Amino acid sequence: MPQEVGKKYKELLRQYIDRQNEKDLYFGQQFIRKFIEKNIPPEDVISIHKTALMESVPDMPDSLNHSFDFLIEMMIHYGLALREHQSLIRKQEELQMEMNVALKVQDTLLKTEVPSVEGLDIGLVTESAKQMSGDYVYFLCDGNDKIGVAVADVMGKGIPAALCMTMVKFGLDSLQNDNTSPQNALAAVNRIVEKSVDDSMFISMFYGKYNMQDFSFSYSSAGHEPALLYKSSENIFKELGAKGLLLGVLPDFKYEERTVQLEKGDFLVIMTDGVTEARTETDFIDEAYIQDLLEKAKGECAQTIAEKIYEELASIQNYRLHDDFTIVVLKRD
Amino acid sequence: MNLQVQLVEEENSVQHFKIIGEIDVYTAPKLKEHLAAVEKAVGMQAELDLSEVAYMDSTGLGVFVGFYKAVHATGGHVKITGLNARLQRLFNITGLGSIMDIVTEEGEDKDATV
Repeated sequence: MPQEVGKKYKELLRQYIDRQNEKDLYFGQQFIRKFIEKNIPPEDVISIHKTALMESVPDMPDSLNHSFDFLIEMMIHYGLALREHQSLIRKQEELQMEMNVALKVQDTLLKTEVPSVEGLDIGLVTESAKQMSGDYVYFLCDGNDKIGVAVADVMGKGIPAALCMTMVKFGLDSLQNDNTSPQNALAAVNRIVEKSVDDSMFISMFYGKYNMQDFSFSYSSAGHEPALLYKSSENIFKELGAKGLLLGVLPDFKYEERTVQLEKGDFLVIMTDGVTEARTETDFIDEAYIQDLLEKAKGECAQTIAEKIYEELASIQNYRLHDDFTIVVLKRD
Repeated sequence: MNLQVQLVEEENSVQHFKIIGEIDVYTAPKLKEHLAAVEKAVGMQAELDLSEVAYMDSTGLGVFVGFYKAVHATGGHVKITGLNARLQRLFNITGLGSIMDIVTEEGEDKDATV
């Protein structure tokens, strides 16, 4: 094979030396592509060239001959760098494949199913800034008359955040038969997270529980953005904040729990900071702006309200989210 | 984006740092490195002046949580001063304001006293 290659190369070279034809250059390009495919290192290409030249030009001066030896030595290092680069590309492809697997695992493990319950209209939009999300929404149906909702945001984005989130999910899953009041739920998840995460990692979480019998909504917050309650009768928004530390900072923390009543036409909005801290190129979004958007959409169903807010905030950021974006709307039918 | 951390003074085992710049995902590692390098003596008193920090995101908050935990573990104390309204809100919402010692600036004249 190398001899044959050498012969063919010599032919092409001689033709070009004779005629300097564009077409021959094109043939040369085709030829070198095969070299690249076969991983022939650059120093071998020079070596082939040198041999071909020596055979085609009988009276080639020694100095030119030596210059090729010099060039071959240089190209050996060039070839090494090239091989290193190729191995990096292969590694990157492997990582991308693993990433795709991780994404699938995330999709399966952390899939949020919006439950359908009588008397409560639920809307949800969650979009990630990177491939993997650090936001998570969890619904917990507790018998027939109560529904729990958790909205969590892990500090950071990407893979570490998503891994951390699976821990939160299993923490919440384990609550099923325990007491699932908001303050107990947060205290339980906090204990798990505090034991398991790095010192500078933390999670904020809002946990609420709606009682469909008496239309009360009790909630606790672990350092999360306050939720908003739209009071239809007064046409105002109320911030639902409760005292509570981020999950994962201190092992034993007692979370405050509060309760509000949902009247007909009232709705609740739980968000992550990707919504409230949305930034345009020059400015921040303020709360009044979000309340304004919600006010305009208040007549729609919960899903439409959530989608309208997303559409509006994504468009002013040119659809390039800086942070994971999650909004949950709960509306009393 | 630039971030500076200066050890302003050290007296009676109180270490006073001034942080200047924006603390976000790009600059937070630098801040973390600086604060991790601080020797955590038993019962150390650290004071962080954030009066020249205009913006901080949750990554930055993570650095303070890490620092707080490390100092807290030695029985020490972390005090944070000079928060602007936006940062103040961040510390309040996250509940960190209730475990760290936050001193609110009085008045709005902090620009004049650099």
